[in-house]
Amino acid sequence: MDFPLELFINAVIAGVLLGGFYIAVTVGISISFGMLDIVNIAHPAFIILGCYIAYIVNSTFGLDPILVGILMLPVFYALGAAVYQVYYLSFEKRGQEALRGLAFFFGILFITEVGLILVFGVDYRYVEAPYIGPTIHFAFIDLPYRMLIPCVLSLVMLAVLELFLSRTFIGRAIKAVSQDQGALALMAANPVRIKRIAFGISIATASLAGAFLIIIQPIEPSVGREYIGRVFAIAVLGGLGSLPGTVIGAMLLGIVESITATFYGPSWAPAVAFGFLLLTLAFRPSGLLGR
Amino acid sequence: MAEPLLRIDQVGKRFGGFVALDGINLSVAPGERLGLIGPNGSGKSTLVNCICGTLQNDSGSVHFDGKLIDGMAAHQRTILGLARSFQLPRPFHSLSVAENLRVPLLYAVKARLGPAISPRELDAHCVEYLRLVGLDAKAGKRPRDLTQVEMRKLELARAIAAEPKLLIADESMAGLSHSEVEDILKLLIRLNERGITIILIEHIMSAVMSFSQRLAVLVSGKKIADGNPAEVVRNPEVEKAYLG
Amino acid sequence: MRSGLFTFLAIAVAALFFLGLRAVHNEYLFVAGYVVLQFVVLATAWNILGGYCGYVNFGSAAFFALGAYTTVFFHKAYPLPIPLLMALGAVVSGIAGLGMGYLTLRLRGAFFSIATLALAVVLQTLVVNWDYVGGSRGAYVIRPSSLDVFGLAVPYVQYLFVLMLGLVVLAIVTARTIERSRLGFGFATIRDDELAAEASGVPTLRLKLIATTISGALMGMAGAPLPYYIGYLQPSGAFGLEYAVNSIAMPMIGGTASWIGPLVGALLLGTIQEYARVTISSSVNLLIVGGLLVAFVIIAPNGLVGLVTQRLRARE
Repeated sequence: MDFPLELFINAVIAGVLLGGFYIAVTVGISISFGMLDIVNIAHPAFIILGCYIAYIVNSTFGLDPILVGILMLPVFYALGAAVYQVYYLSFEKRGQEALRGLAFFFGILFITEVGLILVFGVDYRYVEAPYIGPTIHFAFIDLPYRMLIPCVLSLVMLAVLELFLSRTFIGRAIKAVSQDQGALALMAANPVRIKRIAFGISIATASLAGAFLIIIQPIEPSVGREYIGRVFAIAVLGGLGSLPGTVIGAMLLGIVESITATFYGPSWAPAVAFGFLLLTLAFRPSGLLGR
Repeated sequence: MAEPLLRIDQVGKRFGGFVALDGINLSVAPGERLGLIGPNGSGKSTLVNCICGTLQNDSGSVHFDGKLIDGMAAHQRTILGLARSFQLPRPFHSLSVAENLRVPLLYAVKARLGPAISPRELDAHCVEYLRLVGLDAKAGKRPRDLTQVEMRKLELARAIAAEPKLLIADESMAGLSHSEVEDILKLLIRLNERGITIILIEHIMSAVMSFSQRLAVLVSGKKIADGNPAEVVRNPEVEKAYLG
Repeated sequence: MRSGLFTFLAIAVAALFFLGLRAVHNEYLFVAGYVVLQFVVLATAWNILGGYCGYVNFGSAAFFALGAYTTVFFHKAYPLPIPLLMALGAVVSGIAGLGMGYLTLRLRGAFFSIATLALAVVLQTLVVNWDYVGGSRGAYVIRPSSLDVFGLAVPYVQYLFVLMLGLVVLAIVTARTIERSRLGFGFATIRDDELAAEASGVPTLRLKLIATTISGALMGMAGAPLPYYIGYLQPSGAFGLEYAVNSIAMPMIGGTASWIGPLVGALLLGTIQEYARVTISSSVNLLIVGGLLVAFVIIAPNGLVGLVTQRLRARE
């Protein structure tokens, strides 16, 4: 049998680039779910929101989508902080986050999607930027810029976050609060404030992730739903709260998805992530790196 | 000793790189009053969790009543006759005080005795245990309406209501006044006189000393002493690690 | 009130309701009513796992759609009477619930919830790629125009309506019986503090599996008549997000503590949505549901029934 090696290698490379992008998508959940124990299933909704904002500014003012993503960082941060405040007062404080907190985020996910449908309709939207068309060619290897740039920038974002978490006081406080809230309170740092900052950061990442997403592919409101499974699959696979684990999980998922789509067709792709998730949850819930 | 009720052989437990329990050997004879002390973080709660099945031990074995109970779910161990109270009370908030006690009666005791015990008898037992801890006046109240002390008594009562052979009381006296500590001690001794083996985990040394027939000391996941309370307390290692 | 008496009353009320609707001579009421009753079943079924045990299922659509596709599967081979199809739907979805529960219920509640989402998507993808049941093209099921009952020609829609009404009675009686039983007592301890429940001798895994199985089975039964109701079944419709949102929103808005909450929530929200769908658009009605869910979850966590009981208690 003639194994299509070139096709396979391209699929793997596409998967790596995709995986890089998936890091940006997942790092927010790594923080909110992995470190703060907040099951924010609405995270993909914030990402899609980032996509549409990038789309609006790009189509109205012609601004580069990544630039938009960066400019919107403080806005998304504030949004995240506000959402956390509501979440904390309504659920965490009362100890009801299990049932009602989940329902809350589910409601937000839903409202965002339906709201976007009402405003923008279900047509696919895309952005224009000089690097979206061209591709680098190395022998038989194709490296589309629109995949390469988000991949590289995602890794940069991850590195910046990792530095922040390990070098700055607030970053270390966030790591501390994920392990022992009581001890943090004793250190005279306010755990609620720390968590609010962390959650704000987690939502801020969605701004950039959204910009990357709409560069990679045209989007419409229900795209967010596919990402719920991907995001949690990667987070769980990589071991919750572990940023290096996120890299491994993201790459693995990206590669498997890419190979599946190339050889079996794209209609099976959503099942890959969710299937991964189910299998991981069933057999190794502490992730590949274990904790 | 003759066949111990609880036998812990070389039990180990680690969390990632942290070794919480390191080769613990411990035996408890039927009817004995064992005191277990150790500084915070020494692994006492982890040991209790491994004995009761809330956590599974990584190595070694736990035998209860002659049976190997490794791998058994916590509820099965309770049905076998092993009960514990939690360090921080964990009542069922949507149930009344009386209903809280009915849970172990309806599930653990009923599962153990089956048709041999009738609903009326279960109800009678429930009332008896409420009276035993002095909560009969609050039978219909919700846990959130109880004082701290009453919550601790409820926590202990719920473990008692499982009608265990071995009861592990995990720091049930923290924060209580002297007379309240006396009350709980008297209660535990009365239970012991009925034949219930008791492991008392406490920081209040006067209570531990007056209660225990035997004293074990845990430090950093290892057992460093085990024997007559008066002698253990004089052990220089114990003094250095804990009392010093 | 004893279970037997309650069941009798429930059937009596349902029968009166049906006869009352027949007297109005408006076919639309049956068409719309079917949808509302469907939601009552879904909400009640969801609540058995969600409200009683505290485990949030985001994949209600999966169990519902499994019931619908079981019907399509058998319909292609040999058209069976719908009550039998409902029983088959119960079996298939019940087993699915059991299987999924076994895979994920040993984990924390949050992981279970995420797994239910994953399951819904996996099942949808499988169905989309399975040509025998129509795949993404969909499947047609021809609905007869009427059913012969003792010489009387009952419009088929009314027949479906009665079946769903019967299922509502079954679901409510089941929920109420569970609430008052030792099983329901165990469910409440799982919801309140699972660790303490285990320590008290409650076999939590077994009880949770029972809950997922019963919940899944009821949802499957609700989905079984769907292909006959709409005539054309598409995966995106059967697995639609509106089933997931509504089965969560209705109990949470109505109240999760007892069987009354999901009933109230479903009747209220179902009617509002139908009205909005007809007068405004179907997207707006979903927005309303989502908005109400978030609002109620924040402001009135015990739902409408909770608000009412609070008022009554304050008066005492």
